[in-house]
Amino acid sequence: MSIAITTQFICFTVLTLVVIIGALGVVLLESIVYSAFLLGGVFMSVAGLYLLLNASFVAAAQVLVYVGAVNVLIIFAIMLVNKKEDLKPIGDIKSRRIISTSICLTLLSLLIRVDLTNVWSLSSPQNSIGEESTIRIGEHLFSDYLLPFEVASVLLLMAMIGAIVLARRDVLSKDISTGLPVDQELIEKSSEPLLTNKN
Amino acid sequence: MEYGLDLEYSFNEFLKGFGLSSEIAHIIWLPLPMLLVLVAAVVGVLVTVWLERKISAAAQQRIGPEYAGALGVLQPIADGLKLLVKEDIIPAKADGILFTAGPILVLVPVILSWLIVPFGQNLLISNVGIGIFLWIALSSIQPIGLLMSGYASNNKYSLLGGLRAAAQSISYEIPLALSVLAIVLMTNSLSTIDIVNQQSGAGILSWNIWRQPVGFIVFWICALAECERLPFDLPEAEEELVAGYQTEYAGMKFALFYLGSYINLILSALLVSILYLGGWGFPIPVELIAKFLNLPINAPLIQVFTASIGIVMTVLKAYLLVFIAILLRWTTPRVRIDQLLDLGWKFLLPISLANLLITAGLKLAFPQFFGG
Repeated sequence: MSIAITTQFICFTVLTLVVIIGALGVVLLESIVYSAFLLGGVFMSVAGLYLLLNASFVAAAQVLVYVGAVNVLIIFAIMLVNKKEDLKPIGDIKSRRIISTSICLTLLSLLIRVDLTNVWSLSSPQNSIGEESTIRIGEHLFSDYLLPFEVASVLLLMAMIGAIVLARRDVLSKDISTGLPVDQELIEKSSEPLLTNKN
Repeated sequence: MEYGLDLEYSFNEFLKGFGLSSEIAHIIWLPLPMLLVLVAAVVGVLVTVWLERKISAAAQQRIGPEYAGALGVLQPIADGLKLLVKEDIIPAKADGILFTAGPILVLVPVILSWLIVPFGQNLLISNVGIGIFLWIALSSIQPIGLLMSGYASNNKYSLLGGLRAAAQSISYEIPLALSVLAIVLMTNSLSTIDIVNQQSGAGILSWNIWRQPVGFIVFWICALAECERLPFDLPEAEEELVAGYQTEYAGMKFALFYLGSYINLILSALLVSILYLGGWGFPIPVELIAKFLNLPINAPLIQVFTASIGIVMTVLKAYLLVFIAILLRWTTPRVRIDQLLDLGWKFLLPISLANLLITAGLKLAFPQFFGG
């Protein structure tokens, strides 16, 4: 075995272990802050896997989008609303657990079936383009994947409008969920100069 | 443009002369540039810390460090040694694991970004295809470390400092990336080597600063904000937040933050000089000088000479920018947090978007000047 292949194998093993253990930690840990940080670790290792597959642009984009934006926002949200509240005990916890376990096991068996039936090996080594991939991705985004690309931007625009409506509650005079008139005083304080009315 | 020293090739040939296989030679070669760059980064930090102390002293009409070595040049080493032997304290109510992991997460991405900093045609660790994009991606990891240390300290000032740091670096990442994008548009490549080569045609006249003046200013402001240097040092604003996310840190963990922020400053200065000031290029093209002196550009002596000029020029430009950053720190007041976010979102973002649009238009209208 050559040195390059050995290195690749070691990297692959470590990254896979981090992904699996980290993902289990995200689900199983009690503390939500730990889960959020572990999620960042999982995203990083997935980026490492992309690097191993010679997709360096996708790896960097994964780090930028998932670690730098998504995960930071998740952590931000957790830290801003870190309210210690006692959750209400759920009544029929046992049957819920049975149902969720069975759903998860079904999904797992489906995935195992996919893994066993699909042929994973790529046909020819010419498929690996390595450093050229940035240009190829650009070409695809502006030709045959143009419509999904543009639709994704519409989706982002909708999310942005939604966020603005939720954040600036003075757009709507009634609260969407309760129907009560919105208390607008707290959101936008009247911008009265502090010193002019004193004399 | 395939001339210049290729140290890796010569080194491998040299080792093969002793009968080693090319793989072994490659493995022996691999850690050398990394070690060299790491040492360069740390020495750069020592120099910057000394400069900071001396220039701040001059700005405040003091003398500054004087007794440790000539002109106090050994003062940063003394500082480092002091931090090294200090007790490592983890506050009783802090979260031990996150408290330790935070500073590491802040420092490691910054050091990794030195991968793409070129000091000459072949003088960089790795000419990765995604080049400058790697730096943008890596610098977006830092806020996680800051949030982590702010949260783990279990201190309201730390938490506020961490949240501010994350908000600041997220909002300044966008104009920064957009102004880099304008450069990439002109170069047709993400690689830092290509970016410098594209500016090397006519010496100082072909530097990107003349073609991208707006981008240069936007990038510099955003780089200062990313480094949390003084007009934008809100995350550690002493008067409001004690020391922000570093409040509870002592000893080596504090030193990691300190090191990280200074390495980041030098890295930003280096990247400004690569993106806008022609990187390793001499103000007058070296080829012209060689032609004038009737020397062949590929002669070994000339190559060594051009390589050393390249390193000197890169470092000189970077330290000129570091000097400006230090002067700014000791002469400007701090902005408020709302002014900071206003500047980022309402001023720099539209300007950098317009800059990108104008660059794209100019590239199509004048392909010979703006990269065809």
